[in-house]
Amino acid sequence: MAKNTIIPFGPQHPVLPEPIQLRLVLDEERVVSAIPVVGYVHRGLEKLAEQKDFLQDTYLIERICGICSFIHSLTYSMGIENMMGLTPPPRAQYLRVIWSELHRMHSHLLATGLLADAFGFENLFMQLWRTREHIMDAMEATTGARVMLGTCCIGGVRKDVSEELLKSVLKTLVTVEKELDEHMPVLLNDYSVKQRMCGVGVLDKQVAYERGAVGPTARASGIAMDLRTQGYAAYGDLDVEPMVETDGDCYARTKVRVRELYQSLNLVRQAIGKIPDGPINVPFKTKPDGEVISRAEQPRGEVLYYLKGNGTDMLERLRVRTPTFANIPPVLAMLAGCELADVGVIVISIDPCISCTER
Amino acid sequence: MFTIIGNVFKNLRSKYATRLYPYEVRTPFDGARGKLEIDPDICIYCGICAKRCPANAIAVTRKPDKTWTLDPYRCIVCSYCVEVCPKKCLHMNSKHRSQEQ
Repeated sequence: MAKNTIIPFGPQHPVLPEPIQLRLVLDEERVVSAIPVVGYVHRGLEKLAEQKDFLQDTYLIERICGICSFIHSLTYSMGIENMMGLTPPPRAQYLRVIWSELHRMHSHLLATGLLADAFGFENLFMQLWRTREHIMDAMEATTGARVMLGTCCIGGVRKDVSEELLKSVLKTLVTVEKELDEHMPVLLNDYSVKQRMCGVGVLDKQVAYERGAVGPTARASGIAMDLRTQGYAAYGDLDVEPMVETDGDCYARTKVRVRELYQSLNLVRQAIGKIPDGPINVPFKTKPDGEVISRAEQPRGEVLYYLKGNGTDMLERLRVRTPTFANIPPVLAMLAGCELADVGVIVISIDPCISCTER
Repeated sequence: MFTIIGNVFKNLRSKYATRLYPYEVRTPFDGARGKLEIDPDICIYCGICAKRCPANAIAVTRKPDKTWTLDPYRCIVCSYCVEVCPKKCLHMNSKHRSQEQ
């Protein structure tokens, strides 16, 4: 009888952008089970948030994640607005949607690029990241920063966007769409790419549900779950439907991301077409008091904020449950029974963001 | 099987997507948040910026001397101080700090 071996995968590994360790229990070349070890990039942001006032927290919260930063501050602001009974004006709601979707697009391009890098397709990786650069430029032109937009604030947004800039965003989207049309067939139809992804890391619908998968990981397994359909911000006025695939393998997860890229293009266009004029934020004098749970759909899935205020400037408790945290148990189910060489592709296919997870 | 070949030939003919930084520097976007600057003639040293700064990057003293100091390594370039300044003496330069500074 063969003896099981345990080998460490990570925290430093060429396919991993961020540190997580998976202790792989191997039987020959086959993975029997995996034990996750997290805690390498814990920064204590939740504790720090209790020492800053709730307005400063908006900027702190944004720095939880370097990819979906805007959606973090959006979720936090929605929570505080709920607590204080504020309703941001419609123009602010639409601007929030535009920036959220630009963030989703650049995150999905980053994720699919890293996936291409994980199975050794350097060229495709470079092409996708070049396309991503157009979106980063659009964000910098509209907000003043590439990643940490810093434009979401409690009661609305901090910065208005002029008509010309919105038109230039639409122009950027035309370029992005043209390049996507060029690269996505390579990602989805190439023989060698399909060999690495089809049937690898299969997650059943039932297992995905039981283990609490979120975002593209859940949708690729056939669970039609997308918080944008709940209509937070201005999503209620726009045409959103969850992109669902049923296979549950790495290919299905990639396909969900590719379809969402096109959906985001469409959503930004819809939002720019419908954006009303008016103020961009509402003034307020109150302090947050009470408890609230706030949720939003990030590129990786659902993020959940628990906020507790006590009528002072400081929050009593701030708790974040990020999508990658919810996706770690499903990835362990995917890893059981796979080949050692496929571990990198499977882990990257859920688009892990460890510094989000550990805060 | 040869799906990317067309792209390879296209890239052989096209220009570079990158720039030769630092020899060739991109012009910053209007309103980009590059670095924080102060106009000391207008400043009244009220200290509101220091109190509101999320990163504690600004220090203001009134006694014995009136000083305003920014720790550029702590500054997160959020421009919150620019918004709260009652005299509007702070502003964001769209050029970011270079390595020498």
